[in-house]
Amino acid sequence: MATEEHTQDTVVEKEPGPLRLIVTLGVAGLVSGLCLVGAYIYTDPLIKAAKARALEAAIYEVLPGCTKFDVYELKGDHLEKARAGAGTELRVFLGYDKGGAEIGYAIQSQVAGFQDVVAGIFGYVPSSKTIIGFKVLESKETPGLGDKIIKDARFLENFKQLAVEPEIVLVKHGEKQQPNEVDAITGATISSRAVVSLLNTGMKDWKEILDKK
Amino acid sequence: MSEQQQASNITIFLNGLWKENPIFVMVLGMCPTMAVTNTAINSLAMGVSTLLVLLGSSTLVSLFRNAIPSQVRITTYIVIIATFVTVIDFFLAALAPAVHKELGAFIPLIVVNCLILGRAEAFAAKNTPGKSFIDALGMGLGFTFALLSIGVIREILGSGSLFTIPLFGEGFEPWVIMVLPPGGFFTLAFLLLGFKLFKSA
Repeated sequence: MATEEHTQDTVVEKEPGPLRLIVTLGVAGLVSGLCLVGAYIYTDPLIKAAKARALEAAIYEVLPGCTKFDVYELKGDHLEKARAGAGTELRVFLGYDKGGAEIGYAIQSQVAGFQDVVAGIFGYVPSSKTIIGFKVLESKETPGLGDKIIKDARFLENFKQLAVEPEIVLVKHGEKQQPNEVDAITGATISSRAVVSLLNTGMKDWKEILDKK
Repeated sequence: MSEQQQASNITIFLNGLWKENPIFVMVLGMCPTMAVTNTAINSLAMGVSTLLVLLGSSTLVSLFRNAIPSQVRITTYIVIIATFVTVIDFFLAALAPAVHKELGAFIPLIVVNCLILGRAEAFAAKNTPGKSFIDALGMGLGFTFALLSIGVIREILGSGSLFTIPLFGEGFEPWVIMVLPPGGFFTLAFLLLGFKLFKSA
């Protein structure tokens, strides 16, 4: 009994060898890695599905009356029909109404906002050269001020019928007169400007291609 | 379980929930406390995520407390904690994308919440898994309770709503500053003061 206690004491006092330390960390890392891979394999399809659902909902929102859409991809200088979910940035979504008539295109774009990237999607009708809907997809604008670009009904009213030619212009709140002008949100000029620049950037990238189609 | 043991378990549990509340008494984990308590739902999501990480890591650290050599214990704890956090990050992104988007970078940052490593080092490394679980439950719920108190106050004053349900009519002008960073400091200061007064009374 006494000897046993003695041995135990020496074991505790002895420094564990480097091998023991390496094995401990190695085992911890291995088990952790396995857990992470398992969790990733399980959640990855769910995450992708959730993102696709969010994008789909946004497309229906910016193209009022839209009931189904096709994905088009930019190949060189012309559009080609693509499979949904094919992962490239150069995509637009052509929406159709119940009767199967074309409504317009949903276009994604992003610019620098007040704090971080503002990413959004908007509906564009080539025949009338107007924007008919806009939704913010991602932004970290100041809560209570800049984030009004996401939900402020009066601001979003600007994008229900907005001419894109010659270009979209931001004016002070209440001064909108021309069809291509956007009323800024008081106290959120930079965020409002970001939205206008987002629309202009998206139009610069796509207008020519979509108009000639 | 003897009565004495039961009594000590209740003491451990209440310790985290009230007597040594991580936010109001120990003032630990201030980064998420300031950053994500602008609405009640964000506070709740952050609190529950932290609670789950704390339960998992404390129990695991305690289970292996005799197998981990003390020279590499902190490193091993961090590996355990980071694993739980990443798994929770994945699941939150999959099951509650909206909340995940709001909390953003603050979910991965749970790894460096000193409350979690603090409990692993101060309690789980020296106690049985059962006790460590109860300690983690008390501390986690205490943390959630504190975050939620701040979040509720900030959302009511700063947005005029609670859990996104509007409370006041059109006439209410929200105190925007309450959802901005200064509002977090004000609210925490007043709650700390109130907690102190209440406890010393």
